[in-house]
Amino acid sequence: MSAVIGISFGNTSSSIAVATQDGKVDVIANPDGDRAIPSVLSYVGADEYHGAQAKAQLIRNPKNTIINFRDLIGKNFDDADVSGSKYGAPAVKLDDGKIGYQITRDNGNIETVTVAEATKRHMLQMKVAAEDYIGKKVEGVVITVPTDFHAHQREELTKIVNDAGLKVLQMINEPSAALLAHLSAEESRLTEDKLYVVADFGGVRSDAAVIAARGGVFTILATAHKHGLGGDLLDDALAEYFAKEFEKKKKTNPRTNARSLAKLKAESITVKKTLSNVQTSTCSIDSLAEGFDFHTTINRLRYELTARLVLSDMTSFIELVVTKAGLENLDIDEVLLVGGTSHTPKLASNVSFVFPESTVIVSPALDSKALNPEELVCRGAALQASMVESFDEEEIKESLQPVVVNTQHLSKSIGIKDAEGNFTPILVAETAYPIKKSIEVTNGSSTSVVIDLYEGHRTVKETVIEAEKYSDDEEDDYSDEEPEVKKEIVYVPGTLLAQLPIKDLKPNSKLEVIVNITHDGTLHVSGRELKQGSVAVKGEIQA
Amino acid sequence: MTATLPQLPSGIDSFKVVSKYSEPVRRPVEPVGRYFLAHASRIMRGHTWSEYEKLEAERNVKQVELDNDDDIGDEEQDEELLEHDPREWKTADLYAVLGLSKLRYRATEDQVRRAHRKLVLKHHPDKKSASGGLDQDGFFKIIQKAFEVMMDPVKRRQYDSVDTNADVVPPPAKSKYDFFEAWGPVFASEARFSKKQPVPLLGTLESSKEEVDAFYAFWGKFDSWKTFEFKDEDVPDDTANRDHKRYIERKNVSNRKKLKQEDNKRIIDLVERAYSEDPRIKLFKDAAKKEKERKKWEREAGSRKAAEEAAAKKAAEEEAAKKAAEEAASSKVNAKKAKEAAKAAKKKNKRAIRGSAKEADYFGDAGKSADIEADIDTIIEKLDDVQLGSVAGKVNGANADSVKQVISETASELIGAGKLEKSYLKYF
Ligand SMILES: Nc1ncnc2c1ncn2[C@@H]1O[C@H](COP(=O)(O)OP(=O)(O)OP(=O)(O)O)[C@@H](O)[C@H]1O
Ligand SMILES: [Mg+2]
Repeated sequence: MSAVIGISFGNTSSSIAVATQDGKVDVIANPDGDRAIPSVLSYVGADEYHGAQAKAQLIRNPKNTIINFRDLIGKNFDDADVSGSKYGAPAVKLDDGKIGYQITRDNGNIETVTVAEATKRHMLQMKVAAEDYIGKKVEGVVITVPTDFHAHQREELTKIVNDAGLKVLQMINEPSAALLAHLSAEESRLTEDKLYVVADFGGVRSDAAVIAARGGVFTILATAHKHGLGGDLLDDALAEYFAKEFEKKKKTNPRTNARSLAKLKAESITVKKTLSNVQTSTCSIDSLAEGFDFHTTINRLRYELTARLVLSDMTSFIELVVTKAGLENLDIDEVLLVGGTSHTPKLASNVSFVFPESTVIVSPALDSKALNPEELVCRGAALQASMVESFDEEEIKESLQPVVVNTQHLSKSIGIKDAEGNFTPILVAETAYPIKKSIEVTNGSSTSVVIDLYEGHRTVKETVIEAEKYSDDEEDDYSDEEPEVKKEIVYVPGTLLAQLPIKDLKPNSKLEVIVNITHDGTLHVSGRELKQGSVAVKGEIQA
Repeated sequence: MTATLPQLPSGIDSFKVVSKYSEPVRRPVEPVGRYFLAHASRIMRGHTWSEYEKLEAERNVKQVELDNDDDIGDEEQDEELLEHDPREWKTADLYAVLGLSKLRYRATEDQVRRAHRKLVLKHHPDKKSASGGLDQDGFFKIIQKAFEVMMDPVKRRQYDSVDTNADVVPPPAKSKYDFFEAWGPVFASEARFSKKQPVPLLGTLESSKEEVDAFYAFWGKFDSWKTFEFKDEDVPDDTANRDHKRYIERKNVSNRKKLKQEDNKRIIDLVERAYSEDPRIKLFKDAAKKEKERKKWEREAGSRKAAEEAAAKKAAEEEAAKKAAEEAASSKVNAKKAKEAAKAAKKKNKRAIRGSAKEADYFGDAGKSADIEADIDTIIEKLDDVQLGSVAGKVNGANADSVKQVISETASELIGAGKLEKSYLKYF
């Protein structure tokens, strides 16, 4: 027996998940007990350290500790941003133009570890952790990548993971995996037609995608990426705050020494995570600089103030991707916060502040039932792995051909106009076809009715909510403050496409309107009474 | 809440189309989840795609991540090319057909592939008839031929061998031009045909003679991989007329040989012309001539130069001797002066030491004043100049006891050094 798993592979951390028979997903802890396994390798002589143990080496042994290598896969030194290796083993240009690290091994021998080799070793360790936990051999994996990983990088990563003994069943995009995991938690949610923003805040980068979900099919409408924006900046802000305090107390600058800086950074990460859960945290570092220990406490409010600018950049980043999709915040049904940094309560509250009340913000800080944002991506990968497991390689390959995947999407909603002149959508914009969908309607008191097939037109309806009158005298001055305006998006009938009469009905019959768009774009519309033996009236619009 | 349909207005009897729905957008769907699998099987069910459909699905997609074709540009084909007879495809500029007339032999396989995909979408007969265009697929045939040639490394080398459009032509003879600007690109372009790589390039006016010599030596023996199969006459594939077939084949072989010879000759002419016009060659010749003249002049002027040198040497020697004599004289004077000064100092010091005893009232032993003076005289005679100075300095202004001590110490020092017999002294 063998198992298939999902792996999310980040610059900062990686996770493994496995789906069980009943559709539940387990996120796997490695032998150190970590579910968010640092994507770090460190070498001390002949020994290799991985995960949290390797990350701990950043203080004593940074030059032999490889960090932040995921984004360097398949890139040449000259066109890569290698600033992520600043606090670890420096990235160097190899003879073939690629990127590697010069690692000192036993007897002072220098070993050149390429990015590909580091990735392979990381994957070998992940495989061991997974097999250790599951107790079975792991053969297949669905692995995730950011949407801006280009074809060449995807190819290269596939090769490396295969080399590590894990067959790549499929490589999928991080935001889609996260959304799949989120929506799979409750069956009915998967098929709702909604617009999502998946915002992923990691360690050294932020990524966002606007995704339309139509009948369970996802389409990415826009993406945004910001390299350098992430949890590392929050750590830096906190470390700087502590450095200032230490300097004031001990008259010693802890920033001039790499070791002291590394200690500050490591402790800041711990403090930051603690403050995601509780209101205050201690910070204690033995022998921070010149033999002085450092002990202090910080509360969440102080931290949020310190990290204010970074956090507000993250909120604007989400707004940017909405704009890139040609939409307004109002159009977004849900914002799904993903990635380790999304644990930050202030981030969630900032985001909920810029979106209207109608937009749901999914984050553990606002909803205790929300899944761990750090695990969403690997959960989705695990679900996908269990789904494709039963297919053979050819079948998967065939369904991934561009001619299958690159699908026509409606650019406007299609629906009907009811007796009151309101628009009722049947197929919403960005629905991929071929598709068939129906709605139930009634004829009311009329014996003959018409199906007026329309394209919907988006309007923003503004409702003024009267400011509450306060009887309090003090408040009187403010009573004619700006009234609150509630905005909502309302679709009204736009272009009339076709008319289909249904005649000779008994009042208040149940009717069904079916719209079907075939592969070649022909739209078939039909209407019939929902009873045995009824005859449908039909018509079609050529593409 | 279920919607209520509006009442049927009069005048609508049957289904009526009013308008088409808005142009759809092709986008990739995310291949995840079981609803994707359902969607995929819906699309795949009993469906086979034409090449055009496949390419269109690949190309005409609204990608959210940038997909960049900037490197191959957006070259348009001119009318003449579009109407080129497909049977005569070999005479068309195949790079221009693919919209790669700037890149040519430099176009990578990936660039050729992308350029081809772009063109297929534009010129595929399916597309043309779909958009109501004429069912004219002549140019499409040429595109396919060009693509076939470019994707086959052997055929591509054959085509590149005869792609004179990629050649850089030398400057017209007897025109005014900058040698390096005009000829540099010519050789850089021809270099791609060399079997031996790397190829020395033309260089600059500052290039050394060795470099220039190496350049012409290389090009004088230029060995190109050019081959001329592309110019072959089509061999008829009907087996009926074997003789004719063999005749054509033989004709092709000899034609290739002829073309190859012509091309080699072309290179030789090119190199010869460049050599004859190379300003560096003239410079080197001039320099060689000057050097020769210089040597000759040296040889002829040799004896005169030797005489000049001898005279100069003699003058220098005389000068040196004169200077030496002057120096000797002046140092003599100086030495004499110094000696006199030293003598004077000595006298003064001796007087000071002698006087010191008397000034100290003979240390209260005025009765032995003679012995004391005699002893001091003996001691003074044994002292060298430096010691004299030092003792004089010490007794100068000192009290009686100190003077006595200084002289006693000086005496015992001299005795210790074996310069004075203790028995000579009566008082100290
Ligand atoms: N509980 C928490 N509260 C706040 N931040 C956290 C918490 N847990 C993890 N983080 C931060 O999340 C970041 C890592 O997030 P994640 O694992 O999603 O990144 P990644 O995807 O591996 O990296 P990247 O996005 O840089 O490629 C780190 O900065 C880490 O400190
Ligand atoms: Mg990430």
